[in-house]
Amino acid sequence: MSFISFLISGISLGSIYALIALGYTMVYGIAKMLNFAHGDVIMVGGFVVFTAMSTMQQPVWLSILMGMVVCTVLGVTIEKIAYKPLRNASPLSVLITAIGVSYLLQNLALLIFGSSSQTFQSVVSLPPIRITETLVITGETIVTIITTVVIMVGLTLFINRTKPGQAMLAVSEDRGAAQLMGVNVNGTISLTFAIGSALAAVAGVLLCSMYPQINAYTGQMPGIKAFIAAVFGGIGSIPGAMIGGVLLGIIENLSRAYISSQLSDAIVFAVLILMLLIKPTGILGRKLNEKV
Amino acid sequence: MAMLQIENLEVSYGMIRAIKGISFEVNEGEIVTLIGANGAGKTTILHTITGLVAAKAGSIQFEGKELTKTPPHKIVAMGMAHVPEGRRVFSQLSVLKNLQLGAYTRKDRDGIQKDLEMVYQRFPRLEERKNQLAGTLSGGEQQMLAMGRALMSHPKIILMDEPSMGLSPILVSEIFDIIKSINEAGTTVLLVEQNAKKALSIAHRGYVLETGKIVLSGPAQELMDNDSIKKAYLGE
Repeated sequence: MSFISFLISGISLGSIYALIALGYTMVYGIAKMLNFAHGDVIMVGGFVVFTAMSTMQQPVWLSILMGMVVCTVLGVTIEKIAYKPLRNASPLSVLITAIGVSYLLQNLALLIFGSSSQTFQSVVSLPPIRITETLVITGETIVTIITTVVIMVGLTLFINRTKPGQAMLAVSEDRGAAQLMGVNVNGTISLTFAIGSALAAVAGVLLCSMYPQINAYTGQMPGIKAFIAAVFGGIGSIPGAMIGGVLLGIIENLSRAYISSQLSDAIVFAVLILMLLIKPTGILGRKLNEKV
Repeated sequence: MAMLQIENLEVSYGMIRAIKGISFEVNEGEIVTLIGANGAGKTTILHTITGLVAAKAGSIQFEGKELTKTPPHKIVAMGMAHVPEGRRVFSQLSVLKNLQLGAYTRKDRDGIQKDLEMVYQRFPRLEERKNQLAGTLSGGEQQMLAMGRALMSHPKIILMDEPSMGLSPILVSEIFDIIKSINEAGTTVLLVEQNAKKALSIAHRGYVLETGKIVLSGPAQELMDNDSIKKAYLGE
């Protein structure tokens, strides 16, 4: 029984990784860059919701909405100010800029909220479900999994069934050819950052509800784990990010339960290294086509 | 006034001047070809017209509107399609989705459906393979897809970049017949080719490009009879 309970909480943790990994993988696929500030957008989302609920005494739904709106605007603004001027610069310059943005967000949070952790009040008011005496699923777990499934289905439909979604696929495969179809490439990149950042806000709220604490570094480790999940699943691939995220959550939780809680992070990184050795493109990664 | 009027166009890649002040025009209903060796600047000219590369100086006027000041994604909607070198179909998407992306800027559902049928009629193989990923098509089929995708925007003018590249002689003839019939159906064509013989055989007029400059121009037949062209480009 305890195995099932570890598995379910692993899926739940993995769902959060998957939501964050979607932002990494979409931005990588479409803007061809690694946005290492993405993890810190989660933290900003968490703080906005925290402030709205605790300080401003707003209802939960409104607080979450505010978090999503702030993160969307933040993500698009970061892209416009920090990354867009570097559209034709070397990937290294963009990477360094992204790390810079990450430190900027962390330090702004330190300045505003201080360095000590604040207690985050869970947004979930669902009671835990007792299936047997030992198998108890918390409300947070259920809400996290359901939210993630809904978002994934919605996102998949959006990408495959709508014009902006098709434009995203076109830009991710060949930016120049997409432009020749009349796709506004800059607009599509902005949209990608907007969606990724809104998902990061949702992930932030779910994460802080599961581990009810928040500080300026809350987004750092989940951000890195989600990046690993994206690479694990095949960076650039949306289903890959979903599968990679959930698998990583399960691996982390099971190794924490059965091997060692201190080693669980190391095991996660080891899995990434193994993956890169065996199949460098990740589970669903595309084979790199040589352009002729 | 010509449909497409290019005047004193200059393009540079960093310090290298790729296009050194060229002028030419394409009239409505014509097939005009730019011929020249590898590196003469043919592709650069097409890329500059559709905004993939920025012009350094000069003007590009399409139906009286200045393209060098138009955002690239707005050019398609003005009635200009570009079949790029190397086809550049979206290999991870189905044939049908590629064609639908060709009509990305259009909103007239009925017109799009009509053009889709027209494309299928012109390229029956695309209809047979409409649910197949574009990357699984052969080179000739990908060329047809790239041309069909361009037709889906219902263009007034199509720019074609090396449509014969990498195709077998039979397919090359087929592709050139198709270009001719697209033109006869009312679409103006600007054709860039290394296969000068084939290009001149269907074109009305031609321009010969050498290292970023136009060195000769005239009616296609006249160019075909020109001795220096025969020697340099037609292998006679």
